[in-house]
Amino acid sequence: MNDERISLALGEEGPDDARWAFGTGFEDPLHGIATAVPEGVEAARLAACCAALGDDALVTAQRLAEWCTDAPELEEELALANIGLDLLGQARLLYSRAGQVDGTGRDEDAFAYFRDAADFRNVRLVELPRGDFAFDMVRLLVLSAWRLALFERLAGAADPVLAAIAAKGVKELAYHRQFAAEWVVRLGDGTEESRKRTARALAEVLPWAVELARDEISAPFGADGGEASKALSDVLRQTADAAGLTLPPPAEAPAGTGRSGEHTEHLAPLVGELQSVAREHPGARW
Amino acid sequence: MATAEQAPTGSRGPEETPVEPAALQRQFDETIARDQRIEPRDWMPEGYRRTLVRQIAQHAHSEIIGMQPEGDWITRAPSLRRKAILFAKVQDEAGHGLYLYSAAETLGVDRADLTERLVEGRQKYSSIFNYPTPTYADVGTIGWFVDGAAICNQVPLCRSSYGPYARAMVRICKEESFHQRQGYELLLTMMRGTEAQRRMVQESVDRWWWPSLMMFGPPDDNSPNSERSMAWKIKRHSNDELRQRFVDMTVPQAERLGVTLPDPELRWNEERGRYDFGTPDFSELKRVISGEGPCNEERVARRRKAHQDGAWVREAAAAHAAKQASGRATRQEAAA
Amino acid sequence: MSAAEQAEGIPDVPVDARGWPMYEIFVRAKRGLNHVHVGSLHAADDRMALTHARDLYTRRNEGVSVWAVRSESIVASTPDEKDPFFEPSGDKVYRHPTFYEIPDDVPHI
Repeated sequence: MNDERISLALGEEGPDDARWAFGTGFEDPLHGIATAVPEGVEAARLAACCAALGDDALVTAQRLAEWCTDAPELEEELALANIGLDLLGQARLLYSRAGQVDGTGRDEDAFAYFRDAADFRNVRLVELPRGDFAFDMVRLLVLSAWRLALFERLAGAADPVLAAIAAKGVKELAYHRQFAAEWVVRLGDGTEESRKRTARALAEVLPWAVELARDEISAPFGADGGEASKALSDVLRQTADAAGLTLPPPAEAPAGTGRSGEHTEHLAPLVGELQSVAREHPGARW
Repeated sequence: MATAEQAPTGSRGPEETPVEPAALQRQFDETIARDQRIEPRDWMPEGYRRTLVRQIAQHAHSEIIGMQPEGDWITRAPSLRRKAILFAKVQDEAGHGLYLYSAAETLGVDRADLTERLVEGRQKYSSIFNYPTPTYADVGTIGWFVDGAAICNQVPLCRSSYGPYARAMVRICKEESFHQRQGYELLLTMMRGTEAQRRMVQESVDRWWWPSLMMFGPPDDNSPNSERSMAWKIKRHSNDELRQRFVDMTVPQAERLGVTLPDPELRWNEERGRYDFGTPDFSELKRVISGEGPCNEERVARRRKAHQDGAWVREAAAAHAAKQASGRATRQEAAA
Repeated sequence: MSAAEQAEGIPDVPVDARGWPMYEIFVRAKRGLNHVHVGSLHAADDRMALTHARDLYTRRNEGVSVWAVRSESIVASTPDEKDPFFEPSGDKVYRHPTFYEIPDDVPHI
């Protein structure tokens, strides 16, 4: 018996109801795209950009995974997992590209599992511990609005692989932004308690958004953290208006940036958990 | 709440001619005998409805509680590929729970009620999810054994006499086959890894084998509800028959994998053309079902906490929707 | 409240006070096909019903379009009406193509 045949087929009693057929539209976003680094693109900068954007995605996916079984309603379990899976997919593609061009030939798992927390370059917004649902929806809104603006520019990057990853990501991030904005409006407008929680979430999250405006990691590829932050400000203003919330006054940014490796105390435990099994079994296959 | 797929509640409008109960019963029996489906708005005996509500709700609860033993490993999955697979799998279980709650709701119960019954410990779920998952190999073994056993149980349910349940099962079975395959593939890969990984797989198989056999329920001579469920064609095969099928299916897979199933009585019976196997400790099954399993309290407590912690979010969304609706009504009045 | 609930002793609390309203979901699997009923879900508002439907019922590329309808808005025939509703069409065999005998050698019909 070969491996393919080991699983139980649905057998003679199998449902013949073809209406439930799975879709077949699985597309490799990188199909047919040349992987050589184009002339004029600095490989080291490309690798740094891909790894950092990969870190943002992986750390966010990790925080979203922490919601698993804890979501406020079952339908929300599905939604949060879909967003987490999208971001995980972005991280994998970005890490693969980073390893392809930085001369090390590292694969996605080398980036995720065999770098120390100090080597992660994610923005600190994403590593903050999971809060209540309002906190995580505000955080998701900030991250996805900003990242969407970056990716819209990166879709025109000189590196065709990064451009393709960004083009795929744009569709995903537009949905994430919409999803988060709708929730922030519901919570901001809903009940007294939800309003209080949403206002608090904005006050807690927005200081960490200042760092996003200073990000220059994707500048060589046509995107700019400052410009993306303007797009983010517009989204926040619209969302706050729709929710009847007042945005807190511009806050003092905490010193340092995640892009330069200065992290909060929250990143190391997150990375430690992420890597625990992989590092416990050197030489293992999974 | 009036729902399109909801069953009538038994009361009839004054304009309708009452139909003799005996005639209704005859129609129902004939539908079952013709192997046709009962649909939500059809008349059905109260026992049939109650049995279905109980079975579908327990099934839905099992999917939801079943997210926990594996869900804990998503943040620690040892490769990004495995992380994506496991995340998607646990998400599917939430989806399966929802398909099933949706089927149960066509019988005139409400999901909020069923959730209350679960978190108050008044309604059960599959005993298998009260066992702990101490190693990553358990993710593979659950896929292989638990989802494999679930498929054995569920494929016949795709022909269950109650339409919405059968349709939910069709969808679930298709998705479950991914679950079983990813589990077996994980174990295959681990068996090709280090010695420590092979030991981890065997140890996990040793722990899950007997609880998995118990997933098929008590033996036929001690299964009070089985006979009626089979007469109603809610259920299609007996517990023991399904258990036998699972063993017959799994033994060659274990051989191919290179693990030993922990049953000294397990051997091929040439005459029957099937495997003989030992008897699970059904007193353990009884204990675990009645709440004395290793993780019962933890599992229900966690579900209860998530449900309670989410209350303010659900209320906020409902309040926002109500404000929007009344805002619309006011605007319409102003325009008129 | 159904008899099943009475039997299990659930108090009679208005459903809307406890949970989000129910929506029926219809998915168009691909262009050229009708939307087909796939099940229900709960959502606080219409927009949420659509996003939930997308997340729940199209995780595997099952659809290109989704409808969400408040369950209570659906008007349905009752099984008791089965005969007056559907039987009159049962004898209109002339509506079905097999009613007409066409010689085997007539192509494309």
